[in-house]
Amino acid sequence: MKLEITGLTFSYGTKSIISGLDFSLEEGEFVSILGPSGCGKSTVLKLLTGVLKADGGSVFLDGKEVKDRGACFAYMPQNDLLFPWKNILDNVCLYGRIHGQQEQMKAEAMARFPIFGLEGYEKAYPSALSGGMRQRAAFLRTSLMPASVMLLDEPFGALDVITRGQMQDWLLSMRESLNRTVLLVTHDMDEAIYLSDRILIMGQAPSSSVRQILVEEPQANRTRDWLYGQSSLRRQIYHEISRMGEAL
Amino acid sequence: MENCKDKLIPAGVIGVLLLLWEGAVRLFDIPLYVLPSPLAVVERMVAERSVLTAHSLVTVGEALGGIFISLVLAMALGMLMDAFSLIRRGLYPVLVVTQTVPMIVLAPILIIYMGFGLAPKILTVVLMCFFPIAVSFTDGMGQVDEEYVNLVRSFGAGRWKIYPLVKIPAAVPSLLSGLKVAATYSITGAVVGEWIGAQQGLGYYLIRVKNGYMLDKVFAAVVVIIFLSLCMNGFITLLGRIVLPYAGKQK
Repeated sequence: MKLEITGLTFSYGTKSIISGLDFSLEEGEFVSILGPSGCGKSTVLKLLTGVLKADGGSVFLDGKEVKDRGACFAYMPQNDLLFPWKNILDNVCLYGRIHGQQEQMKAEAMARFPIFGLEGYEKAYPSALSGGMRQRAAFLRTSLMPASVMLLDEPFGALDVITRGQMQDWLLSMRESLNRTVLLVTHDMDEAIYLSDRILIMGQAPSSSVRQILVEEPQANRTRDWLYGQSSLRRQIYHEISRMGEAL
Repeated sequence: MENCKDKLIPAGVIGVLLLLWEGAVRLFDIPLYVLPSPLAVVERMVAERSVLTAHSLVTVGEALGGIFISLVLAMALGMLMDAFSLIRRGLYPVLVVTQTVPMIVLAPILIIYMGFGLAPKILTVVLMCFFPIAVSFTDGMGQVDEEYVNLVRSFGAGRWKIYPLVKIPAAVPSLLSGLKVAATYSITGAVVGEWIGAQQGLGYYLIRVKNGYMLDKVFAAVVVIIFLSLCMNGFITLLGRIVLPYAGKQK
């Protein structure tokens, strides 16, 4: 699904966080948002999911304006937020529980457990899983939502460097089978280069402008070695971020 | 080993105290109407076991009824206070003030209103148990990480679905600790209600034997009250292990 955002505006009390933000995602595209901390990257996702109420602006999915945001997007927060009182299977079927399709969703979830590296942990409680496994469980929970646009809010930010790397490799290999439009918020430049088709660099309010950088390498050719060679892209991104900072 | 020590030390202290008590009563030849010896109390408990059991059942029934009503009321009010800050701000101080009214003053008034039946006793238990349950439940829900609420909202859950999905399960550990306090109070609450006016129950038994200066029976009833209160507390602990299986598996 194509996602289009126009004139998104939000202020916290009297402090303007985002003002007049415009950007769009093509069907099936993987886009990352990078930006200086405090520029409101995560706020954009919270506004999209309806957790926060925007002061202005519109969101379009395939050209149709979205008014009621509940469950329009498959959202994944930074922390896994698995319920400690539920086992992994019940946790990942959260959408089914809310919308009365639990049994059907359980069957679907069971089929995906091996792909997510969670086979045999269906009945385990979250406390018995490692950080990476919990994050994959949270990802499975998000992927079971029928919404075709995924919003990932620093999904690997809470993991250690090694596990984060493994999760990035895994997500890259999953992209095809996920078959979704993805908007990833991250502060990790390499993560953005490694995973996305396009990187958006967001400036700070009051001038919420966006600059974009394309990553043209096909997903299939991307390896860690390829990533280590991308110093010119890194330099370009760094340059853009500092320019955005100066615009303040 | 440590665990074993933790249990042996208090048991040892109690044993020594009982021995001193028994010895003092025998040595100084203290009469029964002043202080019965522990052995005399035990003898009396055995002799009176059927009477004590009958009265205990009444008291336990009132306590359980009171706890159940308190739990339902406290959960309902807790949710209302959590959902509407106006209700919370209006009611919370009133709840605190009600706890400062001495129960021994309220109980006779309740009897004037409600007669000598079970109702005023159960209400006494409710008045004592409601507060710790309501406070612990409301606080438990208030401490839920807002991120969890945001998550289920983004999954399309409406305002009231947040309670069964997140807030109530997250508040269960806190609710259980309030319930544990309430359960321990509940027997005493029922006894206070019976003390003021009743035809049966441990409180009624207590006031009767006290008026007859049968101190061995008074002590026997007190031992039963302690035992029942500990049982109620233990029951809630057991309940906690059943409803919170994940807590024991935490690393």
